[in-house]
Amino acid sequence: MDLLYRIFIDPFVQMGGAPDLLVQTIWEGLVSGVLYALIALGFVLIFKASGVFNFAQGIMVVFSALTLVGLAEKGVPAFLALAITIGVMFVLAVAIERVVLRPLVNQPDIILFMATFGLTYLLIGLGEIIFGGNPRRMITEQLYLPSGAIDLPILGGLVSLQKIDIAAAIIASLAVATLAVFFQKTRIGRALRAVADSHKAALSVGISLNQIWVVVWFTAGIVALATGIMWGARSEVSFALQVIALKALPVLILGGLTSIPGAIVGGLIIGIGEKLGEFYWGPLIGGGIETWLAYFIALAVLMIRPQGLFGEKIIERI
Amino acid sequence: MRAPDGPLIVKGEVILSVENVSLAFGGVKALTDVSFDIQKGEIRAIIGPNGAGKTSMLNCINGFYHPTEGCITFKGARRQRMRPSAAARGGIARTFQNVALFKGMTTLDNIMTGRSLRMHRGFLWQALRFGPAMAEEVEHRRVVEEIIDFLEIQAIRKVPVGKLPYGLQKRVELGRALAMEPEVLLLDEPMAGMNLEEKEDMCRFILDVNAQFGTTIALIEHDMGVVMELSDRVVVLEYGRKIADGVPAEVKRDQKVIDAYLGVAH
Ligand SMILES: Nc1ncnc2c1ncn2[C@@H]1O[C@H](COP(=O)(O)OP(=O)(O)OP(=O)(O)O)[C@@H](O)[C@H]1O
Ligand SMILES: [Mg+2]
Repeated sequence: MDLLYRIFIDPFVQMGGAPDLLVQTIWEGLVSGVLYALIALGFVLIFKASGVFNFAQGIMVVFSALTLVGLAEKGVPAFLALAITIGVMFVLAVAIERVVLRPLVNQPDIILFMATFGLTYLLIGLGEIIFGGNPRRMITEQLYLPSGAIDLPILGGLVSLQKIDIAAAIIASLAVATLAVFFQKTRIGRALRAVADSHKAALSVGISLNQIWVVVWFTAGIVALATGIMWGARSEVSFALQVIALKALPVLILGGLTSIPGAIVGGLIIGIGEKLGEFYWGPLIGGGIETWLAYFIALAVLMIRPQGLFGEKIIERI
Repeated sequence: MRAPDGPLIVKGEVILSVENVSLAFGGVKALTDVSFDIQKGEIRAIIGPNGAGKTSMLNCINGFYHPTEGCITFKGARRQRMRPSAAARGGIARTFQNVALFKGMTTLDNIMTGRSLRMHRGFLWQALRFGPAMAEEVEHRRVVEEIIDFLEIQAIRKVPVGKLPYGLQKRVELGRALAMEPEVLLLDEPMAGMNLEEKEDMCRFILDVNAQFGTTIALIEHDMGVVMELSDRVVVLEYGRKIADGVPAEVKRDQKVIDAYLGVAH
């Protein structure tokens, strides 16, 4: 009886009792949700265009952030370092297309999946050789990203918003909007959607799969870099960061591997759900809730909507 | 894309020739030593019972498959291995036996992808929809609208093609191929699964494309009536071998062809 009360009643009483805390928690969940969405987006882009589940997405986040910070440490001005890092991600995309995708085209998906494992360890090795294994601080000030917090009086209390979180939310939204325009309005965007729908039809109208693969891996690299900067600014840049890729998995379970709106909405649900769960239900269970709560939320949503968030398509395909 | 006084096509010149092509998948011989040619401006039918190798032949011509032996000469260039993108750039367009459209996209966007090779402006320009890219997009849209009018599919311009009935999907697929303004158009059973009225429409479009734009057409079709009506010359394949080649009336009387078709239920 008491337990039921503590699970089903008490948290909501607390929420109602201190609405400012509730807003604060939701805001924090929203910000991590946005970043989860960005990571999931990286997976979705690559999966749609090349059918590869890219295990290396997490390490790409670390690798790009490390490159940026490492260059800055060697005295390269911040924005030049940013430009060079973008260049490095482009070279990486071209290399992956040449060395991994092209020779393995038409191989079973599992082979390509395994190849991305190889890529993961290659990037870990490269990163450690070039930049060493120590955690770094993101070059937040040099990139003119804000720090500090704003306190907003809301619902009779103070809600404190980290400026970097606000920046992260804005930049992530801009990134998603840019991608949407790119997909809908440009020739290459149209070609990308075409390749995602039918390889052979795309080939028949002269679309080059190789070029498209470079474009998506490069785009996923840029998305990884954006995620790395934001996440790095909130904590630090280290190889431990790659585990945030694990946070993308429940998002993908929810949103589906091929749906961009799914990645975004799924990311937000997981982010907010996770923070609410941690804050209001966490103390009941003790520590460690954050490692599995995201999966629990994904499964709970799947019980209500077995087809996932944007699942009509899957049913249509069967 | 429409020449006002009708196209200036010199019929009779060979545009594409298939020379001793064989194709094997492991132990399965899909094609064995097949040779024939396609002349500029003609409608060339490829017929044969199920599994005869017709689709495989088209796949060789547009570079999806590479012949194990033999080669294909297209516009004077002889190749054994051609990439699909090179075939497309050279002016070969095609449709598929089981419609291959971009299901999530509208009719308009599907047909627009046929213009891919003709659009050149960098994607930054396009993303901004600004300056030269805008002019380019407008020009391509105009061509695509012409094709939509030609195929009488104005009503479904903005409909995602996945929602369209099969007959209309085939028509959109033809539109996408036409948007490439191809010299050679490969059609793999363009009328399969259609009702009589749709078949008649499709026949009319094929004849019009050939007559108005001078497009050379290679056509796979099972319906003998359609083949007789549309084609200038016919190649007959059976078990991957060529068993007859000539004008429809001739081929129809050929004993080997009659046997091949009697051999399977039709
Ligand atoms: N990718 C492939 N892998 C293995 N075998 C293939 C492949 N493509 C075609 N074949 C085989 O080649 C032979 C010819 O097939 P093809 O599809 O060219 O025949 P078709 O004349 O188009 O038949 P249909 O009238 O049924 O469309 C068949 O035995 C088929 O199984
Ligand atoms: Mg076939």
